[in-house]
Amino acid sequence: MPDLYFGAVDEATDAEKAAVDEAIADWGPVTIRVSERLVHGGRARMRERRHLLLPALHALQRAAGWISPGGLDHACRVLEVPPAEAYGVATFYHLFTHEPPAADDTVHVCDDIACRLVGAVDLIDDLRTGGHHVKASPCLGQCERAPAVMVQRRGRPDLTVTATDGGTVGVTEVAVVIDSGVSTPSVTVPQTGDPGLRLLARVGVVDPTSLEDYRASGGYRALEASVALGGDRVIAEVTASGLSGRGGAAFPTGIKWRGVADQEGRPRHLVCNADESEPGTFKDRVVMEGDPFSLVEAMTVAGLAIGAEQGWLYIRGEYPVAIQRLSGAISAARDAGLLGDDVAGSGQRFDISLRSGAGAYICGEETALFNSIEGFRGEPRNKPPFPTTHGLFGEPTAINNVETLVNVLSIVLTGSAAYAAEGTERSPGTKLFCLSGRVNRPGTYEVEFGATLGDMIDLAGGLLDGSRLRVVLLGGAAGSFVGPDSLDLPLTLEATREAGVSLGSGVIMVFDESDDMVDTVRRIAEFFRDESCGQCVPCRVGTVRQEEVLVRLGRGAALDDERDLLDDLAAVMKDASICGLGQTASGAVRSALDMGLLADIAEGNGGGGQ
Amino acid sequence: MNDTPVAVPTTLVEITLDGEAVRVPKGSTILDACRREGIDTPTLCWAENLTPVNVCRVCVVEVEGSRVLVPSCSRPVEDGMVIATDSERVRTSRRMVYELLASSVEMDRADREVHEWMEHYGARPERMGKRSEIATVAQPVKVQDDLYVRDYERCILCYKCVEACGDDAQQTFAIATAGRGFDAHISTEHDVTLPDSACVYCGNCIGVCPTGALSFRTEHDMRLAGTWDEDIQEVTTTVCSFCGVGCNLELHTQDDRIVKVTSPSDHSVTHGHLCIKGRFGWQQHAHS
Repeated sequence: MPDLYFGAVDEATDAEKAAVDEAIADWGPVTIRVSERLVHGGRARMRERRHLLLPALHALQRAAGWISPGGLDHACRVLEVPPAEAYGVATFYHLFTHEPPAADDTVHVCDDIACRLVGAVDLIDDLRTGGHHVKASPCLGQCERAPAVMVQRRGRPDLTVTATDGGTVGVTEVAVVIDSGVSTPSVTVPQTGDPGLRLLARVGVVDPTSLEDYRASGGYRALEASVALGGDRVIAEVTASGLSGRGGAAFPTGIKWRGVADQEGRPRHLVCNADESEPGTFKDRVVMEGDPFSLVEAMTVAGLAIGAEQGWLYIRGEYPVAIQRLSGAISAARDAGLLGDDVAGSGQRFDISLRSGAGAYICGEETALFNSIEGFRGEPRNKPPFPTTHGLFGEPTAINNVETLVNVLSIVLTGSAAYAAEGTERSPGTKLFCLSGRVNRPGTYEVEFGATLGDMIDLAGGLLDGSRLRVVLLGGAAGSFVGPDSLDLPLTLEATREAGVSLGSGVIMVFDESDDMVDTVRRIAEFFRDESCGQCVPCRVGTVRQEEVLVRLGRGAALDDERDLLDDLAAVMKDASICGLGQTASGAVRSALDMGLLADIAEGNGGGGQ
Repeated sequence: MNDTPVAVPTTLVEITLDGEAVRVPKGSTILDACRREGIDTPTLCWAENLTPVNVCRVCVVEVEGSRVLVPSCSRPVEDGMVIATDSERVRTSRRMVYELLASSVEMDRADREVHEWMEHYGARPERMGKRSEIATVAQPVKVQDDLYVRDYERCILCYKCVEACGDDAQQTFAIATAGRGFDAHISTEHDVTLPDSACVYCGNCIGVCPTGALSFRTEHDMRLAGTWDEDIQEVTTTVCSFCGVGCNLELHTQDDRIVKVTSPSDHSVTHGHLCIKGRFGWQQHAHS
């Protein structure tokens, strides 16, 4: 045991101690494996226990409503983590608090770009007036039923409150959900029942809590098929299918898997990146809430293929319903022998550990996500080396987005040729898009690659009555704005790349002539300032300066006086930041500038904001 | 840290550095290669006695085939690498890093080289806006004991003190980065005072601080009194007599009083790091 100093004046309460002990107790089997390794590894054990820090912090926050000094000390003692480092980790996440709680329930209201179009800022005022303890939140991933609310509760499960059936969320709706202790029901997707659906086929159709229902609708046949095929052939099929990553970077999945599988003799990991936090993105949530077993099955197929014994499902903490359903699905699969020491008779061991984030967009960056799981601050690492060889715990890791993984099921079942027959030659398969903003039927839509931006808006029922399309935010806050002249743009990897834009995470957020674009752009800049991890100078200070420029412009500063500074800020963030967050933090702002959206300011039309 | 090279490395890789083909030992960083070839490169978070964290980004260079600039302090050279250290992109990013830092942090006590580099790249931090109207890290200075002063208004968050306190030297882990984004800062657990923390007062954090955010109480008090004057200080190298390890000490004296103690970072015993006795034991001397 390292010589650590514990200085907290107050002891942890019994409730806090019990919560921490319970949170880390589940890690039984692997602890044994780790202690065997301790014989060789010496200090390895401290590190191996440290990955339980994030679950322990969640347990403390849930039990006491804050991370108390005594509680943190207790977690540090049992996990052998220096308290200063643990404090650094705890203060990294927005869902952890460090003062005694003001109330049992904290109401997080999304005031991000989609929600603020439909009254989120007023909702915050109303809830505060109504006596609630309210915090403004970045995108909660419920943009299709905005405005969105998440209730973080002491001692009880968190809740989601959203608008349903064209209604809205007010003080009453929030109170009803808090009183009942039940989240607003998940919505079906607009295309439910469409025979062309691949990834969304079961959403809204099967009971997401029932393994039997899942199996009755074709579930776990892909795992059976992949056990019969063997790992190498599964990887060969995925490679041949042309499947590429759906998280934004579009890296070929088969090549990533091959790279990890080739690292024989080293422990390997499969990580599912379910930290869906890009503003405007909610597709993965829909899959996880509506068809959680498909993700568990897909992770199992992937894990067996690459030879990983451990899978990690890292999901954002703001998705209480998805977390609950996935936990249930993992347990049910384990009970049925579909996870564990001998998965589905394959002779291979594979299990999944679910880890929830705690309010940090940056943890969706793959290396920040590894650090977060390992119990360190979610600060991205320099690449190279890449995760394929140096990922989670420094070991070979395949990390894939939720949507990417669920694609694998149909590839294994129907074969790569049938899969690639859909979509375009260079963008095979189907793609999920998140439609939000001024359209009639916002929601998650699945289409074959090749549909144009205009097709997608039509699919979502077109613009609201009386609305005229002004601009679309494509790809999320890290994406860019495109105008009505892009309606014919096919939303494929090749066509968007050629057009100099990105599909990103599949965000299509529609704005009309009445929307305050200056405020929207400023909110995007604020988002990056809030979500920068603070590690590197270009992003830590650059995102602050970028937002300051936009605020100054909103107050009437001349754009011409600020243009050079905006150019230089964009250059240093894009060129010299450690990770993709800083590198893309100026993208939407630049495109807004190029499209003249910020010209409003000069004419005195804009200047919204807080 | 303690291994001594026993043989000249035999494997060399060939790279192109600012248009010149050069051969450098495999495993070198780009920064090593630059220094070997006499190409001056600014650094802030890099130190020879610490593991590179590559967070300040002031040492970035352009590498052919890389979409973004790469930190020279941590990226190993690869055969065939084509590197530009003074391209327009490099100059812009380096200048901006200095402008961003100097607009948010008090840099007046930063190492002399910092100011020379800022002049070299034409950094104009004032164009970020009036100091009173933009975000800065201004805050009251922390004076909590007789040995250290922590003045985080001068902190550029280079992580050096955290590394020196943690697994690069002291293994005490009394401080870490807390908070996030622009609010990220160096803190003890729950921001308790240094005497209430795990701090053992080795002073190794002061030893690595490049901007004067961490300083000896003596220096702080003398600056307040207006008597601190580095120009008249003398530095005497000696060996610490408190134990048998043999640490080199550099005694900084002004008017025949010891005002600060450092150790050379290239010294084979200390690598620049000392313990509380070597760093502060001279106070007994001053009293006798």
